[in-house]
Amino acid sequence: MKKCRRCTKPATLHITEIRNGVAQPLHLCEKCAKKYLSSVEAGGNVEDPVGEGGNELVAALAGEDSADADALTCPQCGITFKQFRSQGRLGCPHDYVVFRDELIPLLESIHSETQHVGKIPQRTPAISRKQHDLIRLRSDLKSAVQNEKYEEAADLRDRIRRLEEELVEEQSN
Amino acid sequence: MDLESLTRTSGEWLRGSGPDSDIVISSRIRLARNLAQFPFPPRTDDATRAEIESLIRERIRSIESSEKLTYFDVNTLDTLDRQLLVERQLISREHAETHGSRGVSVGPMETVSIMINEEDHLRLQVLRSGFALDECWDEVSRIDDEFEKHLEFAFSEEFGYLTSCPTNVGTGIRVSVMLHLPALVLTKEVQRVFHALHKLNLAVRGLYGEGSQAMGDFYQISNQITLGQTEQHIIKTVKSVLPNIIDYERRARKALVKDSREQLHDQVSRAFGILRSAQTITSEETMHLLSSLRMGLNLGLVSGIEMPTVNELFIHTQPAHLQKMRQETLGSSERNVARATYIRQRLAGHESEN
Repeated sequence: MKKCRRCTKPATLHITEIRNGVAQPLHLCEKCAKKYLSSVEAGGNVEDPVGEGGNELVAALAGEDSADADALTCPQCGITFKQFRSQGRLGCPHDYVVFRDELIPLLESIHSETQHVGKIPQRTPAISRKQHDLIRLRSDLKSAVQNEKYEEAADLRDRIRRLEEELVEEQSN
Repeated sequence: MDLESLTRTSGEWLRGSGPDSDIVISSRIRLARNLAQFPFPPRTDDATRAEIESLIRERIRSIESSEKLTYFDVNTLDTLDRQLLVERQLISREHAETHGSRGVSVGPMETVSIMINEEDHLRLQVLRSGFALDECWDEVSRIDDEFEKHLEFAFSEEFGYLTSCPTNVGTGIRVSVMLHLPALVLTKEVQRVFHALHKLNLAVRGLYGEGSQAMGDFYQISNQITLGQTEQHIIKTVKSVLPNIIDYERRARKALVKDSREQLHDQVSRAFGILRSAQTITSEETMHLLSSLRMGLNLGLVSGIEMPTVNELFIHTQPAHLQKMRQETLGSSERNVARATYIRQRLAGHESEN
């Protein structure tokens, strides 16, 4: 779960500010979100480009946001997010953990998806293989429904249900 | 197998056979894999690169592939030999140009190529002549399984196989087909094909991949999305567009024959004529003329020459191949003379049909 950008509590409110046509995501905890929203109200119309309180906050958050991300450093290979952004190559497998939140929007724009559904290593334990199958089947189900292939969708639903039951059984053992 | 022998052969993918081989030159699938316990190659020091190389190289010995593999230590090869491997599409240009411990394992038929320390620790590639993506997938996935028995690959439940560049993450797969589209280029309809492909998130590249020009009317079509879809789905997407493109090229060829047979016959015959008599010729002109000749041969406008010979000339007239055959380093104008001489020899005795 993402952390609040103002304090260290988990972020529960996700606000997207549109400013001059640019979407700026804000992740805040409930308390900070209240503060933010009241300051927006106090500062006037959010849509108003010369509005004061709200604007300053947005500007500050935006700056803080990217500076924060740029400074992120992988403890294993030492690469910073800023270095990755300029070189376009990650330093080591662990970067996908350290930069996860920053990589998600990037992966979304490249691949339109962020969850792997393809081949998995055979040495993966049986339980996580099944969990992986579940992810893949759910993704298949989604596209079957989209393509109005209802017979296929029904079949997939059955397989998902069976797999879910198996998993519950195995995990309780 | 040694590198000298490459200048005498043409490799499986230029055999000019297989389904739809008048248009589909070759099918290729590569997988990108990384070892879990090391930084990605661009961020490794020399000692680590050497460690990775020897670790994977040791594993290659136990890999059973459809052909016997030979390992080339790319780091100690001279520039010409590296260039030869690039022209042969056995290694990427990046692999030839970077530094430090790295190598490639290839078989004498050149259908399998295993690169160590390219952008990723391991790049597995399987190639077939003509339109044969399923066979490529079966073989490359099997080789992947064999490596996986002994090596722990960097893998996350969420993002799949982890790669140096996020554009390859997930399946790490690139599915591509090499097409020869001279008629669509001639009728300027090729841009419409590209436009349609971009909408399907498929990339179009030239003969030598990223950033290379479309020499000789050759185009590579490949997937861009690697995450959130299964390998089968990605292969299916590439496969699904091919019948349309093949059909489109065939119809363009037919229309050219029907509407401007004389003009086309003239163009093709002139191409053959220049190739058989030129005393000096650039690589660019050669590719262009060979492309015409290839189409003319497919349409029955010229005869007396075999398709594999034409296919081979596309590769053997490249700079490194010419210099390897001559066994000397040649400047650009010397190469043009050597190229013309070589082509004349290969085409000698062939008469075009009148």
